[in-house]
Amino acid sequence: MREKILTFIEKNSRIDLKELAIVLGVDEVTVMNELEKMEAEHVICGYHTIIDWDKVGIDKVTAMIEVRVTPQRGMGFDKVAERIYNYPEVNSVYLISGGFDFMVTLEGKTLRDVAQFVSDKLSALDSVLSTKTNFILKKYKDHGTVIAEQTKDERIQMIP
Amino acid sequence: MRDPLNKTIVNIQPSGIRKFFDIVSEMEDALSLGVGEPDFDTPWHIRDEGIYSLEKGKTHYTSNSGLKELKVEIDRYLTRRYGLSYDPDAEIIVTVGGSEAIDIAMRAMLDPGDEVLIPQPSYVSYLPCAVLANGTPVVIELKAENQFRLTAEELEAAITPKTKLLVLPFPNNPTGGVMEKKDLEAIAEVIIRHDLFVLSDEIYSELTYLENHVSIASIPGMRERTLVINGFSKSYAMTGWRLGYVCGPEVIIQQMLKIHQYAIMCAPSTSQFAAVAALKNGDADVAGMREEYNGRRRYLLHRFEEMGLSCFEPFGAFYVFPCIQEFGMTSEEFATELLKEQKLAVVPGTAFGACGEGFIRISYAYSLKNLKTAMDRMETFVTELRKRK
Repeated sequence: MREKILTFIEKNSRIDLKELAIVLGVDEVTVMNELEKMEAEHVICGYHTIIDWDKVGIDKVTAMIEVRVTPQRGMGFDKVAERIYNYPEVNSVYLISGGFDFMVTLEGKTLRDVAQFVSDKLSALDSVLSTKTNFILKKYKDHGTVIAEQTKDERIQMIP
Repeated sequence: MRDPLNKTIVNIQPSGIRKFFDIVSEMEDALSLGVGEPDFDTPWHIRDEGIYSLEKGKTHYTSNSGLKELKVEIDRYLTRRYGLSYDPDAEIIVTVGGSEAIDIAMRAMLDPGDEVLIPQPSYVSYLPCAVLANGTPVVIELKAENQFRLTAEELEAAITPKTKLLVLPFPNNPTGGVMEKKDLEAIAEVIIRHDLFVLSDEIYSELTYLENHVSIASIPGMRERTLVINGFSKSYAMTGWRLGYVCGPEVIIQQMLKIHQYAIMCAPSTSQFAAVAALKNGDADVAGMREEYNGRRRYLLHRFEEMGLSCFEPFGAFYVFPCIQEFGMTSEEFATELLKEQKLAVVPGTAFGACGEGFIRISYAYSLKNLKTAMDRMETFVTELRKRK
């Protein structure tokens, strides 16, 4: 049941409980209880909206920053990650295998915002050895959703 | 000038939904639930394989009966899913959609005067194909109270000494009805006793919501008298690729192959390469789509129940077939009014045979969001109809 609920709401978080219950073929109370449990257990960590800010005419700059760090004694990478993710400007922090340690995504109003955050805050952390900032020029797909195109139903409208 | 035309074709009626199609395509913000094909695009890895085959210059004819690799995969698939097995070298033809298979099967099997039993409501092409093959179509009218299954009694009653072939269209378009194993066993006994053959159109076999589809060819004694038609259109959302296949006893398949060879040459190569990928790695895609269709199916049935529209629970394909007899209108009147007043297009049941009267076909090959809007319109419509009465 959990997997079915999660698979559905991962792509469609705004469906109301009653409809979700109908679609899954179970009663509403079951779905509601399961959702509440999953929220409490932090299986469901949030409900967000995918926005194409370009269309609203609001400029935003997003950067993906590769960060190399020295893990702190006894704490591994987690302590360093926490220092980074506590900044509200930071959108996501991933521990990465390969040539660097963290992938940090960051959103600011201008290039200068982002640059300033990197030089003043991120690089200034003791454990950060180096950073490499990659600015995002265009977002094509996010969270499994294609941003650019809006698909239109081009099927012939009556087919036996 | 002489009459350039063949009288048989002139007497065949064009498909009954043409009229609706014309109105819908003229109407702005009309919402159509009249489409008989998946709303999903073909899964990317399948498209990618088609593209790759083009890049590598695989742009030539394949052998008449189809790519060997594809036929081997078809056999494996049928074994895995339905416990059937066919010799890729002699018992399988890859066709241009399931449609071609229906046509060449009838042409290979029928002599003038042979009767073909066609259960209706069903897909629109069986009857004309039988006529074009010089056969005599005999309609069996399926009943809502049997959930549009074919019963042994109905079958028995339609058989004459001239009966040769039974078309078995399940899971069914337009009713969504299915035949379970016990139903198939019941009719198999009659078929064997009367020495009939079966054309089993199983194009919707992947889309069943109660139990897995059972092919009549898997019932003891039926393999040697059954042609199984299937394809990629509905299961893998590949309608535009035009690819299907037919499997059966070598003695029939080899004669069908002659028609296919002279009329078609071979099915499109690009589609065949893509289809190999579908059969090898597509099971998860099918499962995902099935799950999604099932949710929509439950949603529609729930809405019908709420608006008091009677509808048997269909367990196959992507159609529901609600009954509209309470309104005292013909299916066509109902569909026309619905389109005019609520800009919602559905297909009158009569498009699939006279016994579809009193029903409409609604396709759920649409997003839940569209279905919701459509059901709101439907609800307004039936509420107003009831007030008028």
